[in-house]
Amino acid sequence: MLLKDEVEMLRRITLFSGLPPAKLKLLAFTSDRVMYSAGEALFYQGDIGDAAYVILSGKADVLVTTAGGPLKLAEVEQNSIVGEIAILCNTPRTATVRTTTPLEALRIRKDDFLKLLADFPEMAVEIMRVLADRLSQTTAELTEARSRNERMEA
Amino acid sequence: MEARLSRYIWTHTRKDQLWILVVVAFSMIPYFLSFDLPKQIVNGPIQGDGFDSPEATQAFLAISFDLPYLGTINLFDGFQLGREGMLLALSLVFLLLVVVNGLFKFYINTFKGRLGERLLRRIRFELVDRVLRFPPTHFKRVKPAEISTMIKDEVEPLGGFTGDAFVSPALLGGQAMTALIFILLQSFWLGLIASVIVAVQAIIIPRMRKRLLVLGRERQLTARELSGRVSEIVDGIGTIRGYDTSNFERADIASRLARIFKIRYDLYQWKFLVKFINNFLAQVTPFLFYSIGGYFALQGRLDIGQLVAVIGAYKDLPGPLKELIDWDQARQDVQVKYAQVVEQFSVDPLLDPKVHAIAATTPEPLSGALAAVNLTVTDDGGVTLLDHVSLQVQPGEAVALKPGGEVLAEAFARLIWPASGRILIGSQDILEMPESVTGRRISYASSDVYVFQGSLGDNLLYGLKHAPLTEVRYEGESAVHRKWELVEAKLAGNPHFDVNSDWIDYRAAGATGPEDLLVKIRPVLDAVLLTNDVMALAVRSTIDPNRNAAFAAGIVEMRGALRQRLEKEKLSDLVVFFEPGSYNIEATIGENLLFGTITDQVMWDGALEGHPFFKTVLQRVGLRDVFYEMGLEIAENVVELFRDLPPDHPFFQQLTFMTAEEIPVYEALLQKVRGRARADVAEDDQVKIIRLCFGYIEPRHRFGLLTDELMAKIVAARREFDEGLPADLAGMIEHYRPNRYIASGSIIDNVLFGRIGHKHADGSEKIRAIVRDLFEAVGLYNDVLAFGFDFNVGAGGKRLTAGQRQKLDLARALIRICDFYIFNQPLLALDQRVQEQVIRNVFALLRQDGRNPAIVWVVANPAVMELFDRVAVFENGRLLRDDDTEVGANEGPDYKEMAS
Repeated sequence: MLLKDEVEMLRRITLFSGLPPAKLKLLAFTSDRVMYSAGEALFYQGDIGDAAYVILSGKADVLVTTAGGPLKLAEVEQNSIVGEIAILCNTPRTATVRTTTPLEALRIRKDDFLKLLADFPEMAVEIMRVLADRLSQTTAELTEARSRNERMEA
Repeated sequence: MEARLSRYIWTHTRKDQLWILVVVAFSMIPYFLSFDLPKQIVNGPIQGDGFDSPEATQAFLAISFDLPYLGTINLFDGFQLGREGMLLALSLVFLLLVVVNGLFKFYINTFKGRLGERLLRRIRFELVDRVLRFPPTHFKRVKPAEISTMIKDEVEPLGGFTGDAFVSPALLGGQAMTALIFILLQSFWLGLIASVIVAVQAIIIPRMRKRLLVLGRERQLTARELSGRVSEIVDGIGTIRGYDTSNFERADIASRLARIFKIRYDLYQWKFLVKFINNFLAQVTPFLFYSIGGYFALQGRLDIGQLVAVIGAYKDLPGPLKELIDWDQARQDVQVKYAQVVEQFSVDPLLDPKVHAIAATTPEPLSGALAAVNLTVTDDGGVTLLDHVSLQVQPGEAVALKPGGEVLAEAFARLIWPASGRILIGSQDILEMPESVTGRRISYASSDVYVFQGSLGDNLLYGLKHAPLTEVRYEGESAVHRKWELVEAKLAGNPHFDVNSDWIDYRAAGATGPEDLLVKIRPVLDAVLLTNDVMALAVRSTIDPNRNAAFAAGIVEMRGALRQRLEKEKLSDLVVFFEPGSYNIEATIGENLLFGTITDQVMWDGALEGHPFFKTVLQRVGLRDVFYEMGLEIAENVVELFRDLPPDHPFFQQLTFMTAEEIPVYEALLQKVRGRARADVAEDDQVKIIRLCFGYIEPRHRFGLLTDELMAKIVAARREFDEGLPADLAGMIEHYRPNRYIASGSIIDNVLFGRIGHKHADGSEKIRAIVRDLFEAVGLYNDVLAFGFDFNVGAGGKRLTAGQRQKLDLARALIRICDFYIFNQPLLALDQRVQEQVIRNVFALLRQDGRNPAIVWVVANPAVMELFDRVAVFENGRLLRDDDTEVGANEGPDYKEMAS
């Protein structure tokens, strides 16, 4: 896959869709292309986050460790970005991401990512929007789970 | 230390000062003889005094005394010499006196110099010794750079002054007094005038100089602060740049410099004003002599001969007087400096020297418990950090201190001293015990690590260097030198410990000598998970294959083993090997073309531009056009990507083709050549474009420029560069040979003999693990590890990551066999997962081989609490609980808190 294909790929991600192509090309150029075989972890819960991953092809599970063993939260595939939370707020990784098929990803280093955010405020706004979306989605899920819980208890 | 410098100098150099005074007194004899001699030569042989007839002779070297009551005693009648003979004899005596005087001067000056240098050495050592014994609180108040400036620069003039401290006033004062008395004898009134002027000089000038001294002190203080600030800038550069406060720093420095300038200029003005007045007073005396003395002479009240004699004698007065005043100035100056420095180093309470006494013997293991008794610790501002805490750690016990226990751990490590209460081992106060016991039987590690500049190995073994354990045998010249060192050390009050001795206490690490030390270190490095870091540093280092021939041969042999291993594990695509007959997709085009690496970049650049070889070869193999087109493509891409970025943008670090400064150059170049055939482009510009190709790696840069056909062409061209390389370019390229060690490559490059493929995300991790395994299998592991110990960690260990530094610090504590280990959150830079792993490893390590030392660990992680016998919980400096209820209980309060 060439640089220009990666740029195409990045454009399809909501987070980056608003950016000028030249900047996307720069982002792609400064990032590393990495490949994983099935069953490998991109990162583990609790690690210090140093990079975000844009999945170019393949699938992976998002898992969290609970008292009852690993719990699958979501599945991610082509055109999604994972691991951006830990590099944004400097917290340990909140989940483990493990591939289920061979996977190809673009690894965006934390420093480069933050530098881009500083250079392009519109990207920061975009990220805020995406995060807010996710938050409202999570809240909705939580409300639903709670009400289900109450129904069951009642 | 003595408050007055003169007292300090007298105390330490009394004997030498007296000796030099005696020598100076003796040196006066030939000095005055040489004054008298010219008169004798002129009056005697030249003018003929006493040589009334041509045959007349005089006695030469007759020695006789006129003693009262006994009359004249003749010891030696002398030689009878004629006029010419006498002239020659007296002239030779004159020459002899010149030589003797010179020798005296030489001896006195070198003696004074040595005296000064010895005192300087003594005072510097004494100051550093004091720094080593400062109480912990003092280090919070002082800036390191200021201390080092004081020791290095501010005491330096003291050495120069020492030699003159007593000799100069004696000598110059004597000379001045002699001249003054002579004048007084010639004419009482004129003598009185001279005395009054001298008195005025002696009173006014030092007073005026008081101001100079004040300014001098200010200059010293501001300069010291400046050096403190400069070092702060260096240390805090990350913060300064991070917060864009560099201009604030600039303003601060500029205002400091302005102040220093003002003080210095003031000083300058005063200095020359004083000089002016001084000169004026000295010159005004002859004026008085001429006017008043002349008036008296005209009146007939003064003999003209006397007046001339007085004026003649006065010539000898200002010189010594001026020097004497200068000496006094120097004295006050160094006294101020000395007092300043002494004040800074007079800290109470200093550690008792007995606490630091050197001990070559291994102390007995500690049998008592480590206990804090009613311990209260406050900080500088009086805030209570620990409030009447009592806690006992029995030998062999493992105690976890929950966060809040950091202060207690620091107190156990003697890093802070109690405000009240005590820390005991058995029944002894820990602060009164010699450090040869506490510093060896107790180990402490925290996340606040200090790593010394030097090799990794030195730092790892730093905790074992307590005393010189071996007597070094010196022979020949070095034996003489060592003897001199010992004598001089004694004379300057320095210790005589031999820094060349083997300071490493192998037994303290459980080893018997240097041979089996590595055996003891390996498990420690493994426990703190540092082994892989050290190995990574080691394999990245370059070694000299000639000096390590056997090792290099072993590495070359490993290449085959690695291939087999990778094939066996079906990981062959992990590494793309260098094959003489095929293109290596993970290597640069340059590497593929040369099938080697460039060892001399400057020469290579020059050759590329000017050497006909490249031009003709590239033309012949048909690559010149292709490379030109490719270079254009690369330039277009790079310029497009990086055009808008400021030159200091971090993204430029990933740009290997050109520097940030070259972007506009290439941008302009592209404008110029776009749409023109290569033949129309200037030779220089062509080279500029072609050279870009050499750094291109397809999978990394992904511009899509490399075709199979091109790769085949490049491989075919290899032979031209291998066999056809002209002699003057031979040293520039090191060719890859499957059976030869690449001297310019690192160890890992040599093992792989290829490039790590990009297909695996953690390819380099995987390959490193396999290579480590292979090292173990072929028995080279320890050799490689030893190369890792040679790694220079840089100033303050900055070439290591924070995590590596903390692991190193923990390892250096664990290498020592101790009775108490105190760990104060030593691994904060690491992931929680890794921290937990290390804690478990450390427990396993310290509990093996029947060892059972006490462990005190400041740690929050509830998952490791089961390892400890007891858990101590703190709140607001008070010990809340100290029991074993929490141990083993997963549902402790902290866990609940976290879960909520």
